[in-house]
Parts: sequence; C-alpha cells; structure tokens
Amino acid sequence: MIVPFGHVFLLAGLLFSLGLICLVAHRNLIMTLVGVEVMMNGAAIAFVGAALRWQLMEGQAFVLFILAVAAAEVSVGLAMVVNVYRRTGSIDPDRYDILKG
Amino acid sequence: MSLYAAIFYFLAMVILMATGLGITRRQPIHAVLYLIVAFLGTAALFFLLGAPLLAAFVAILYAGAIMVLVLFVIMLFQRSPRDLGLMPQWGHAVLLGAIFLAVVVAMVLKDPGSGIILKGAAATPKDFGRFLFDRYWLAVEIVSILLLVALVTILQVAKRRGTAADEGQEMGEQP
Repeated sequence: MIVPFGHVFLLAGLLFSLGLICLVAHRNLIMTLVGVEVMMNGAAIAFVGAALRWQLMEGQAFVLFILAVAAAEVSVGLAMVVNVYRRTGSIDPDRYDILKG
Repeated sequence: MSLYAAIFYFLAMVILMATGLGITRRQPIHAVLYLIVAFLGTAALFFLLGAPLLAAFVAILYAGAIMVLVLFVIMLFQRSPRDLGLMPQWGHAVLLGAIFLAVVVAMVLKDPGSGIILKGAAATPKDFGRFLFDRYWLAVEIVSILLLVALVTILQVAKRRGTAADEGQEMGEQP
C-alpha cells in the first residue's frame, strides 16, 4: 500500500465539504439529512486512515460509534420530517411559519 | 504505482463522482441512489485500508439500512416535492465549502506527517471485536442505550401523530 496519508485526508476533506455544501444549499429537509450523512462518511474515512497511519485500532472503534450515531440520527430525523410533513404539508423549512403571528 | 494505490485512486474517484452527482440532484430519490454507490465505494475503501469488519458494517448499515430507510420515507410523501430546488443563496454555501476545503488542503500541506506512506495492515474481525469489548465495553453499552432512546423517540413521535393532526385542525379553525 503506497498511498500517502495526506491523500486519504484530502479525500475525507473533499467529502466533508461536499456534504457541507449539500447541507447548506438544499431547501429539501431530506437532502439536508443526506448531507449530514455524507459529512459523517468523510469523518469515518479520516478515522480509518488515521487508524492505519498510527497502527492503532482506536480509529476503527470510533468509526463503529459514528455508524451507530448516524443510524440513530437519521432515524429520529426522518421520523421528525414525516411528522412535520403531516402537520404542515411541506418539507421546505421556509414554510414552517406556524408560530408567526 | 502499485496495484493498491491504483485501486485507492479509482475508489476515491468513484466516491467523489457519485457524491458530487448525488448532492446536485433535485430529486431526492436520484440523490439517494447515487449515494448508495458512494457508500458501497466507501465500504470497499475501508476494506482496502484494513478494516474488513467496518467495511461489512458500512455496506449493511449505510448502503443497506439507512439509505433504504430514506428511500421509504421519500415514498411516504404523496406527491414528490420536485419543485424544491436549491436555496437562492447557494453560492454562499459553495463559498463556505471552498473555504473549508482550502483549510484542509493547507493543513495537509503543512503537516510533515502527511507524506508518510501507509503500510498495509488489517485488523481481523476477531481482533477488532476483542479489542472493542476489552477496552470500550462501556462505550458499546452507551451506544446501545442511545439506539434504545432513538427507538423510544421514534415511537413517541409517530404515536403523537393523531393528536398533532387534531391540534393542526384546531389551530386552523382559530383565526
């Protein structure tokens, strides 16, 4: 394996910034959640690369916890999206103006 | 360039292209299908970087469970919200991502350790599981409680749907 460590980190940073753009730029709540998933994916790649660079298994253990947190986050988030869609009939956050007087 | 390096760059290209195509789709279904490709590429990358158990978990959890869950939720909506595009200020988001990327590139270029060539090593699932339950058993239990909390939250949010609709009607009736 002759890939420099920096290239793995560059890939992780690129994925993280793509997820950041998706998270901020989309006006669809589902695409926002998907952007968070992409960011977590980039972080996981950085952790696995670091685990290989230092030859420690802590990085891989962290990725396991990232997976569990991502599963919990996306399931709760999607349940809330469905709930708010049934209340307001829209998944555009700009339309959530029930509280507006 | 060895075979492993060629595989790494190929997988990186596949992941980046699939993610880039996915986040620019307006239809969430197309985006999710592209992202399944990206997550399968990530699973192969984990296998290459010496984490076979994590590769299996990513293929099962991310590409299998989470993305299918998102697909089901998209199908729950009666009419597809295809008119929802990007925010009008999406250029700012791209600027934000570019700034973040510039910081990452500067950090990688500045770090003297970034030129270190990674040596191949693999943590077998047996070693990894033993390590995890030896040293981080408490964290594993906390994660299981987190998943339980998520389950209870989802049941609560789904159960309150009827009263929420009543509330909405009441709110609609009030001027």
